[in-house]
Amino acid sequence: MTDLTNSPVSATSQQDIGFLQSLAKRAQNNWRKIVILIPFVWLLFFFLFPFFIVAKISLAELAIASPPFTKLIEWTDTGVVNIRIVFDNFTYILTDNLYSNTYLNSLKISVLSTLICLLFGYPIAYGIVRSGPVMKPLLLFLVILPFWTSFLLRVYAWMGLLADQGTINNLLISVGLIDEPIRMLYTEFAVFVGIVYTYMPFMILPLYANMEKLDTSLNEAAADLGSKPTNTFFKVTLPLTIPGIIAGSLLVFIPATGEYVIPDLLGGGNVQMIGRVLFNEFSRNTDWPVASAVAIVLLFLLVVPIAVFQHYQGKENEGR
Amino acid sequence: MYNKRSRFLTVMVSLGLAFFYIPLLLLVIYSFNHSKLVPVWGGWSTRWYKVLFFESPEVWSAVALSLKIAFVNATFATMLGTLAALAMVRFGRFKGRTLFGGMLVAPLVMPEVITGLSLLVFFISLQELIGWPAERGFTTITIAHITFSMAFVAVTVQARLTGMGQDLEEAAADLGAKPFKVLTAITIPRLTPALVSGWLLAFTLSLDDLVIASFVTGPGANTLPILIFSRIRLGLRPDINALATIIILVVAICVTIAALIMYRQHKRDLLDQQLAERAD
Repeated sequence: MTDLTNSPVSATSQQDIGFLQSLAKRAQNNWRKIVILIPFVWLLFFFLFPFFIVAKISLAELAIASPPFTKLIEWTDTGVVNIRIVFDNFTYILTDNLYSNTYLNSLKISVLSTLICLLFGYPIAYGIVRSGPVMKPLLLFLVILPFWTSFLLRVYAWMGLLADQGTINNLLISVGLIDEPIRMLYTEFAVFVGIVYTYMPFMILPLYANMEKLDTSLNEAAADLGSKPTNTFFKVTLPLTIPGIIAGSLLVFIPATGEYVIPDLLGGGNVQMIGRVLFNEFSRNTDWPVASAVAIVLLFLLVVPIAVFQHYQGKENEGR
Repeated sequence: MYNKRSRFLTVMVSLGLAFFYIPLLLLVIYSFNHSKLVPVWGGWSTRWYKVLFFESPEVWSAVALSLKIAFVNATFATMLGTLAALAMVRFGRFKGRTLFGGMLVAPLVMPEVITGLSLLVFFISLQELIGWPAERGFTTITIAHITFSMAFVAVTVQARLTGMGQDLEEAAADLGAKPFKVLTAITIPRLTPALVSGWLLAFTLSLDDLVIASFVTGPGANTLPILIFSRIRLGLRPDINALATIIILVVAICVTIAALIMYRQHKRDLLDQQLAERAD
């Protein structure tokens, strides 16, 4: 698949539309390079490069200007180059209790949500894998379907369920279990429910993909040798599904840490998560340097999980 | 015997599905509520659908903008994502492959606030430097969406490329087809199901995105999620329930059709495999 053979070009056409033809020919000969270059350049330009600008702004100072930050490098009239880099934004974030508590709270919420997703997602994925040939694709489809419907509307659905006058409270009151509505919306509980609900498919799907490849003859061999089902599960199945567990957990944990919509809609002002602080710092306070520094610190917190995820994902998609 | 589900697993799967679908079901039921207060039942009515269809022009202009962005995004993201997947799966080693693979996977998990913020400061710096983009809205949102949805397309296409093997390509090459011809005559047509689902995935991701669009949009350019979000921040709204019902219905129909196409292709592949094995 490596040879790039030249196609013969007739003499007459070369004179007429020679340029276009040679261009087409060149495209045909170099198509591999073009195939790589187009998405590569796009990602460099629109994905990687913007991070450097965020890093640059995080080292600037807030200024009353548009855009609202100072320049790092300035050429003054006398020809002197002024370089101004300040780490104030970082020292501010790392020493201010509001920010450090918010980072910790985000991590706490996302770690616990990930564990809850794993605890419930694992048996669901395993149950689907163990279904019959007719039920299996159907169940898988039913798990994927909510993932395609609007994320925002799925969060909104829980606002209706959890509100003081919402479905759950109304139901409990009408049954007579409670007299006063239980406050659920705008609490941390609501944020947990929202994250588990919206991110659960991201846990189930990688687990399913991993479990489907398992060799059931191993379980049969274990049973033949006298192992009880529970023992077989912990000694054979669970260790083999660790790649799925890691992929699913990271797919939940990483985006959940930076989540904005769920803490805003279901947590109200009562649950502080870093994504929400970043968004507000940026849109309401228009403090771009601090917002950028918040983003950089968040990225640092997530850089190891993201690298691990890439490693596993890369293995998964390795060609032949 | 070992392919049977235990009772525990059956219970968990049923509970999981109930957890997934009950909130959506309630959302749909309450869209037919006559009452202005969403959770207070005031009898069946299509009142809020009428409000939505005849008294909410701003909703429909947001729908139009969102669909336009989603369509352009899905088309470009499918092209770029497919090229990226081909490069990753079929081209072996090349310079910068690790960086390329990293940039291709990172958008799958990158928190949206970070992507949104970085793209916005990028667009603003670019505007200062070369005067483009002159204003933020359709173009900037579309570029931002292509950037993250091409990663999802690439994953979908990569899975298909790895799954379908290279036997037919090798056969075509043995019969004298040039690599480029093999790509256009064999590989791309066989990828069609993955391209369709990749396109649909990119389309819905774009329709669904709130955070990134909020960062990179400009005054006056409201996508549907931005409009919905600004309304539901203040509480429940019956007209939003009606809108949600329509969206859920449309998505469910489209996904079902796509899934059926994929399923048929999958069965055909299995049949091909069985026939090939029998021929051996």
